[in-house]
Amino acid sequence: MTLAPPLKARGLRKRYGGTYALDGFDLTVSAGSVHALLGPNGAGKSTAVHTLATLTRIDEGEARVAGFDVATQHAQVRASIGLVGQSAALDEILHGRENLVMFGRLHGLTTSAARSRAAELLEALDLVDAADRKVSTYSGGMRRRLDIAAGLITRPAVLFLDEPTTGLDPRGRADVWDAVRRVVALGTTVLLTTQYLDEADRLADRITVMTAGRVVAEGSPAELKATLGGDRVLVGLPTAAVAVAARDAVATAVPVDVRLDEERAEIVVEAGAAGGTAALLAVVRALDAAGITPTQVQLREPTLDEVFLHLTDRPTTSDRTATADGGHR
Amino acid sequence: MNATSALRQSWIIMLRDLKHWQREPWTPLFGIAFTIMLVLVFGYLFGGSIELPGGGDYLSYLMPGMFALAMMFGLEGTMTAIANDSKKGVTHRFRSLPISSVAVPLGRAGADLANSAVELVVLMAGGLLIGWRAGGSWSESLLAVGLLLWLRFALLWLGIFLGLVLRGEGGVMAVQILVWPIGFLSSVFVSPQDMPAWLGFLAQWNPVSATAAACRELFGNPAGVTDGVLAEHAVAVALVWPLVLAAVFVPLSARAFRRLSA
Repeated sequence: MTLAPPLKARGLRKRYGGTYALDGFDLTVSAGSVHALLGPNGAGKSTAVHTLATLTRIDEGEARVAGFDVATQHAQVRASIGLVGQSAALDEILHGRENLVMFGRLHGLTTSAARSRAAELLEALDLVDAADRKVSTYSGGMRRRLDIAAGLITRPAVLFLDEPTTGLDPRGRADVWDAVRRVVALGTTVLLTTQYLDEADRLADRITVMTAGRVVAEGSPAELKATLGGDRVLVGLPTAAVAVAARDAVATAVPVDVRLDEERAEIVVEAGAAGGTAALLAVVRALDAAGITPTQVQLREPTLDEVFLHLTDRPTTSDRTATADGGHR
Repeated sequence: MNATSALRQSWIIMLRDLKHWQREPWTPLFGIAFTIMLVLVFGYLFGGSIELPGGGDYLSYLMPGMFALAMMFGLEGTMTAIANDSKKGVTHRFRSLPISSVAVPLGRAGADLANSAVELVVLMAGGLLIGWRAGGSWSESLLAVGLLLWLRFALLWLGIFLGLVLRGEGGVMAVQILVWPIGFLSSVFVSPQDMPAWLGFLAQWNPVSATAAACRELFGNPAGVTDGVLAEHAVAVALVWPLVLAAVFVPLSARAFRRLSA
């Protein structure tokens, strides 16, 4: 038996004023996987999640969640999903456990079933110690984990996580990543949105890159990184003039893309198919041969900015209207 | 969505609203203290210089009016609670749950009615302490209390609607100021017969006046009016006015809750 994809959207469009927040958005997520929607602010990630969760009506296109039509079967869709939004959707004055029991009962569980499910989830998400304290005393990471627990009460087919680590400190992010992995181990399909490439890379089986309401790339993290020119070698130099000389030296010695930032006196080299370490060695040799001593040399993954430069020839800092227009090219 | 599950969901949300007061009781306590203060100010400070058409003790006239006014002022608390709540994440989750769109407003309504019932008990006990008396029969007194809560129930939906629609601070504050002239333009403090004719006309048709007049009649307190609708049909008007208000604002509130933007 082939399982129908728990999430499938085709040609979604949603207009706010003169701008399309979604402009022909397509998505297919297979059962039991973690799928990341990666994009800058204003790319339409949250709008995509809200339409799939039936919080926002779509203007055009069609989408099915767990086999139910989001346009006509609101109640069935809502019963099959868990949603964790950008701000913690919790009652601050109630205790953590009280929140879970209340949401469980609102989902139709009996009080005793809601209590035992709450206890299970508090255990699974490592919140037992804080369970009987007001949520207003929780740290950011704890709130987000309780939020995820609340999204899991009914054992939903699909869990939506809208920017689950935005605004968290490093400890909180690590906790939430751990929580997401536990959720996946329970067999739930997860759709998460993020602005961080490393987050998508760590958690997702597949990544959809979106900007201006449409998909610009889709693939596994490895596939995507390969199309993005691989890792980057960043070389810091003492002055802008030396940076120009270094750019010339590397560009003649190695057949790869070299980007010069005169203001910061640095060059960025795309490692390409050869891989990061090989590129790093080639760059160092070229600089050595030209007698240039860098102030620092680093190997790093492409940043989201670079991903978007690559895929759309447009940095993520452009304003919403400009990116929206860009979507029609 | 069937009615039983909608009621069960409303009940769960009502328990949550009540738990808020249990954890942070200052808001409802302040509401009651405020009404007691108004009774003292009008009963003792101003009351000595007010004469009623048709005669009678001013304090006995004032108390039923204060009960009705407290029911009306309750809509401010409802509105503020709904407005604050709708800005918070928890409302976002309520909307994503497979629950009836009346569950959150109806839960609020239940909690606020419970609060108002307590407030009425406190006010009536306070009134008895300072000399107000319910002279009617038990059944008349119970009917009066029912009419008061009936007004509260109807105005609650106005509060819910306003809270959902005016989520900004400015809108909420405007309503908090406007309830004063609207509350005073009634038979609560002075008889409409002592007002300029056109004001008296408006005051006589204020829903708060109808409930106040009905309570005066049922509690056997001075009516303060010798003719007109408040003297002749107070109980009927006190039954119909809230029905009209609820018929308008219950559906409007449910619609506003569904449309609450994410």
